[in-house]
Amino acid sequence: MFGAGGGTSSYEEIEHTDLIVLWGSNARAAHPIFFHHLLKGIDNGARMIAIDPRRTESAAWADLWLGLDVGTDIALANAVGREIIAAGLTDDEFIARATTGFDAYAESVEPYTLDHAADLTGVPAEAIRELAHAYAKAPTAQLCWTLGITEHHNASDNVFALIDLALLTGHVGRYGSGLVPIRGQNNVQGGGDMGALPNKLPGFQDVADDGARRRFEDAWGCAVPAEPGWHLSQMFEAMERGDLRALYVIGENPAQSEADGTRARRALDGLDHLVVQDIFFTATAELADVVLPAGAAWAESEGTVTSSERRVQRVRRVVPPPGNARDDIDILVDLARRLGHDWGQPTAEEVWDELRSLSPIHAGMSYRRLEELGGIQWPCRDEEDPGSRFLHGRLWEDPPRGPKAPFTPVEHDPPKDELTDDYPIRLTTGRHLDSYNTGVQSGRYRSPRRTGGTIDLSPEDAASMGLAAGERARVISRRGSVVAPVRIDRSLRPGLAFMAFHYPEDVDTNRLTLDEWDPKSGTAEFKATAVRIEREP
Amino acid sequence: MTGRRTVEVDGTAVAIEPGATILDACRAGGVDVPTLCYLETLTPANACRLCSVEVEGSRTLVPACSRIAEDGMVIRTATDRVRHARRMILEFLAVAVDLTTAPELLEAMAVYGADPSRYGTDDGSPRPDAVVDNDLYVRDLDKCVLCYRCVEACGDDAQHTYAITIADRGAAARVATEFDVALPDSACVFCGNCVAVCPTGALMVKTEFDMRVAGTWHEEAQTVTRTVCGYCGVGCNLDVHVQDGAIVKVTSPFDHDVTAGNLCIKGRFGWTHVRAGVDGA
Amino acid sequence: MDIRLPMAAATVDERRAVDRILGPPTTGWEGGERRRVDGHVATGGHAARARRHLLLPVLHALQDDIGGISDGALGYVCERLTIPPAEAYGVATFYGLLSVSEVSPTVIHLCDDIVCRTSGAKELFTALADAIGPEGSSDGTRTWHRSNCLGQCDAAPAAFVQEAGVGRRVVVRADLDRLAAGPIDGRDPAYAAIGDAVLTARFGAPDPADLDAYRAVGGYRGLRRALEVGPDAVIAIVEAAGLRGRGGAAFPTGRKWRAVADEEATERYVVCNADESEPGTFKDRMLMERDPFSVVEGLTIAGHATGATKGFIYVRGEYPDAEDRLRAAIAAAEAAGYLGDDVLGSGFPFRIEVRRGAGAYICGEETALFESIEGRRGEPRAKPPYPTTVGLFGRPTAVNNVETLAAAVAIVAEVPGAADTKLFCVSGDVDAAGVVEAPFGVTVRELLTVAGSSHPPQAVLFGGAAGRFLAPAEWDVPLGYGPPSPPMGSGAVVAFGPGVDMDDIVQRIAEFFRDESCGQCVPCREGTVRQDETLRRLVAGADERGLLDEIAQVMRDASICGLGQTAAEAVSSAIALGLVGGAR
Ligand SMILES: Cc1cc2nc3c(=O)[nH]c(=O)nc-3n(C[C@H](O)[C@H](O)[C@H](O)COP(=O)(O)O)c2cc1C
Ligand code: SF4
Ligand code: SF4
Ligand code: SF4
Ligand code: FES
Repeated sequence: MFGAGGGTSSYEEIEHTDLIVLWGSNARAAHPIFFHHLLKGIDNGARMIAIDPRRTESAAWADLWLGLDVGTDIALANAVGREIIAAGLTDDEFIARATTGFDAYAESVEPYTLDHAADLTGVPAEAIRELAHAYAKAPTAQLCWTLGITEHHNASDNVFALIDLALLTGHVGRYGSGLVPIRGQNNVQGGGDMGALPNKLPGFQDVADDGARRRFEDAWGCAVPAEPGWHLSQMFEAMERGDLRALYVIGENPAQSEADGTRARRALDGLDHLVVQDIFFTATAELADVVLPAGAAWAESEGTVTSSERRVQRVRRVVPPPGNARDDIDILVDLARRLGHDWGQPTAEEVWDELRSLSPIHAGMSYRRLEELGGIQWPCRDEEDPGSRFLHGRLWEDPPRGPKAPFTPVEHDPPKDELTDDYPIRLTTGRHLDSYNTGVQSGRYRSPRRTGGTIDLSPEDAASMGLAAGERARVISRRGSVVAPVRIDRSLRPGLAFMAFHYPEDVDTNRLTLDEWDPKSGTAEFKATAVRIEREP
Repeated sequence: MTGRRTVEVDGTAVAIEPGATILDACRAGGVDVPTLCYLETLTPANACRLCSVEVEGSRTLVPACSRIAEDGMVIRTATDRVRHARRMILEFLAVAVDLTTAPELLEAMAVYGADPSRYGTDDGSPRPDAVVDNDLYVRDLDKCVLCYRCVEACGDDAQHTYAITIADRGAAARVATEFDVALPDSACVFCGNCVAVCPTGALMVKTEFDMRVAGTWHEEAQTVTRTVCGYCGVGCNLDVHVQDGAIVKVTSPFDHDVTAGNLCIKGRFGWTHVRAGVDGA
Repeated sequence: MDIRLPMAAATVDERRAVDRILGPPTTGWEGGERRRVDGHVATGGHAARARRHLLLPVLHALQDDIGGISDGALGYVCERLTIPPAEAYGVATFYGLLSVSEVSPTVIHLCDDIVCRTSGAKELFTALADAIGPEGSSDGTRTWHRSNCLGQCDAAPAAFVQEAGVGRRVVVRADLDRLAAGPIDGRDPAYAAIGDAVLTARFGAPDPADLDAYRAVGGYRGLRRALEVGPDAVIAIVEAAGLRGRGGAAFPTGRKWRAVADEEATERYVVCNADESEPGTFKDRMLMERDPFSVVEGLTIAGHATGATKGFIYVRGEYPDAEDRLRAAIAAAEAAGYLGDDVLGSGFPFRIEVRRGAGAYICGEETALFESIEGRRGEPRAKPPYPTTVGLFGRPTAVNNVETLAAAVAIVAEVPGAADTKLFCVSGDVDAAGVVEAPFGVTVRELLTVAGSSHPPQAVLFGGAAGRFLAPAEWDVPLGYGPPSPPMGSGAVVAFGPGVDMDDIVQRIAEFFRDESCGQCVPCREGTVRQDETLRRLVAGADERGLLDEIAQVMRDASICGLGQTAAEAVSSAIALGLVGGAR
């Protein structure tokens, strides 16, 4: 958020906030223990408003649920912003002191009247108004989101639209008020922390920042490119163009996890050389020239991970990796040696200490302190620093330290995969509580709750298609088709269908999805596919 | 009221914070008070009464776990009345319940000289079997002391799924799902947060249950290592229990503020992909 | 809340029963038709969960109309009220008058408690078993169960009958014919007074629900005076009169009211405890049936004194006539401006809601009663905090017994003798069982004399099952609050004649506590079972006095609430007096 990529708040704060806005997140299923903290907040009296196309098990907890049409988040957010401005509910002092670009923002949201937004989103104007007033008037408010916001072709714009709301109302940088993206995977945040982003060095230091780059060059004794690299979607385009010929994949299963899976597999197939390092023989590994079996990070190796509240915590070796599998560090060090660089035989702690010497926000996090404090939230700049519960408190100083937070006007841009008479149903995807990603880990324990891959339909659509629960249906998008048993789900309205993506072996949902991706973040549009559903004989 | 308070525990003055319970005061004073239904992370159910102590001026004994200590309270934990109450409660439980997997209670029985045989009620009639209706955890209600912990953990105090309740009343009271349907047909989401708080082994993860049946469960030979769950991005701490090089159970630390001992189904049970654990793979 | 509903669907009739209480569902999300807009907006959350208190009324409606609660019906209830099915099931199974295991058109609850079982109930069991089958079985239309005391000891044996779609009725002086008959006309109330009749003064009124008649004999004078002098003065008057709670705990009523009045809170409640279930006790029923306005007026005065604007009357589920009378009285009082937004033009808003118990003695315990109204299992709470601080819905609450409120009316209205009168329920082996009003200082022997008795009893139980058997010397002790009087309890006096099998009676008392324990705390849940079982051995000749004493002590010392704390009183006193088992 405005610089460093991490949620601004701690889980603890949601227990003590006045209003919880859960936007595009089914945290009850996808982030169950975060949801425990949220439930404590509700028990403590917080109101909750949920924004999601489906009335999910998370949204069922809300005082008010806004069931917007898929891909209309910006229209809704802009209308909320406009209403807050029109009703005189902005935090003018905060805007003046801590932000830039308000006027342009105000102008950009002007067309998004409640009625216009109601037309675009399907949500009654009165409910949008209630969201606006509740958010603006709440003494403290947490605005949380996950993949419902980010798995769109305009993911970054979606996020900006939400940040703008927080800036309008001063709901950031204070205890209990913040912006909370919850990460889908256990170390997405840590990957970002460590610089696994095209434009960042570890600790969110910009590759274009000469001073930062020089420190790394000094430490590593080599040159670090000053230009950003490619993000995932760009890599696939480069593969298709033939500009990217070799790929080293560590702990990912893009053959199944990418949108428009058919296309992704074709691209991987066309590589000159594919190396996959994973704990499983994944579908991607099947395509690889070399497979490097690795230990499970959370149980077979030493190191750290960073959670969605920016908390760095230790993972430890519980059992040795099986068979020929090896620790990721060992593999990398060996690889470097074969490539002519002797890095010695560093332990995880030594690697970490090097990182601490280069990344100021991690500097104070020695292994000893991580152990003692049960994890530390960055920034933690020295060994006296207890870490940071929330970010951007500086915006409340007068004058604020550091750069002001900019408003970013964004426009509604409907999903790329249009609904037509041939493809009349909007398919959205998501997670099941007991499963995870492409199911390679979670598919191996015996969950009594596992439903397998299904096509979930509203009772009305199922009836009009003459489909009963359990019958098989073919789901057809412009890119491919899959067959799945029908599940009837009352949380869906007519015209909206849902599939999880955990069961690619049986029901390869991502054959349907569109890999139209967001130019700023590289995330693909998993959440909005146009489909037609036919009874499978 | 703010400011510290002083109470007397077994003749010794103990300073405590406002809001502290008698149990807190006793512990601060180094006095051991047995508890059963109480758990730091749960609302005191106040049900077992094992923690009863004497408070001067009170007609009845007072449950230490849930009573807020008041300034000047005079507390006695080792009187005949207190010992009698604890002994009787332990006897009552031992008569009604199979305590073989509740070592702490067995220990307390020895300390308080509890003798369940004097009730002469064991008529040798068969005890009910454990209910095995899913692959993740087992319920043996013959071991249930009705401490309410599981119901609280499934409900208001953590999981908010409310899959289980206390049904019926009096001696017939029991932990149940609606209409006693099997767990997979209930609202249960198999987080195992009920299992984690059960003090008697009435709720037990299936791996432990199976190993106990097979006689291969050796807690003394197990190591416990703290790590972080490999699934979603919340960052739940796991305590991984390993025996003979294989994971046998996963729990979460009660004193860690992210989980407070709780996990979801993936964190608690989704570890079988790491080595063919006892569950096979 | 993300609740998961059972698969079965409610029938049309079941939905109708539920909708009778809740009104038809307004959205698809609460079980109604799925409208287009439901796909885009829903409300729920705190407001939906705040409707939990409607659970018991809805379960009653299903029991009344259908004769039981099926899984489909429970699912619909849960959907309507946003309650997880397991929780609703836990609540439904707590209460004796709700059935989740069977749906039966007619359920007969036949009292087999200490009075009825010496007055013909046992013979009736045999007759019913012959006619229908063993207890709990059904002949297709009827089932029958034994019940604890139904509060009709003045006309034993008694039965309570639930007829699905028809109604509930009480059958007194029951026999097979009367059980089969339709509703039986009201009987003559059995009451008498030693000294001034204050609380029983209106018991003879031809129509107790006639407001004008009530006013003609001084009714609502108390409320008018209260509104005149103001809350503080009312509390002072009640304090000065020394009024103590008649529900058993004998707590000074004025002090309770003041405690609630002094709490800083925006909302507070007054509750009338009309769950009278103490074996041998029926005075509250008589008050509600014969003088319902006095209860309504009393609760209004209590509301005014404490600053509450809402009152609840929690009536025992087995008291259909009392409930009807109260509802009628409330409606009449409302129509005449004695209740409503502006009581008698004073600016004081006050309303009363009647809630029905569902067959659980423990719900007479004040905090269990709160739980029950709130739609939960009737499990008592830990005290402190006391109800005056954290009561119904977490607000400061004054709970008062029916008789306490009636006495408060008389005291505030300055009726002569009002501060010095008490209702006793005399029953058992006497000629004319009934309520006897008497001033403090009266003795058990005098009460028995009024009721008429041809022979001296072999035993007298005083204060209900939670009270104790009195030694003959105590029959002459002046009764009151505090020594030398034995604890007043509910004011029940049950006489057992020479022919009565006291082993059987004492055993029945032990069973009563075993059956009525809520099951929450170990000393009571397990202690009452062990007491019952050990007593059985004692009766059979074993010397188990030592063990019974030990059991008694832990129940008294370590139980959460009064039920467990007093569950051994009667048994212990019977042993001490040599009334039972091995000591003879
Ligand atoms: C097990 C048990 C049952 C009780 N039943 C009743 C009852 O039926 N009616 C009643 O007024 N009080 C009953 N009480 C007493 C109430 O808890 C409470 O003290 C009383 O309602 C207060 O009203 P009072 O002060 O006017 O007596 C019972 C108490 C216990 C422990
Ligand atoms: S496993 Fe979880 S959801 Fe199931 S009963 Fe236990 S606590 Fe409740
Ligand atoms: S199952 Fe375990 S946790 Fe639940 S009430 Fe019984 S003993 Fe307590
Ligand atoms: S004493 Fe008995 S009735 Fe009272 S709370 Fe305990 S178990 Fe329930
Ligand atoms: S530990 Fe205090 S009542 Fe159970």
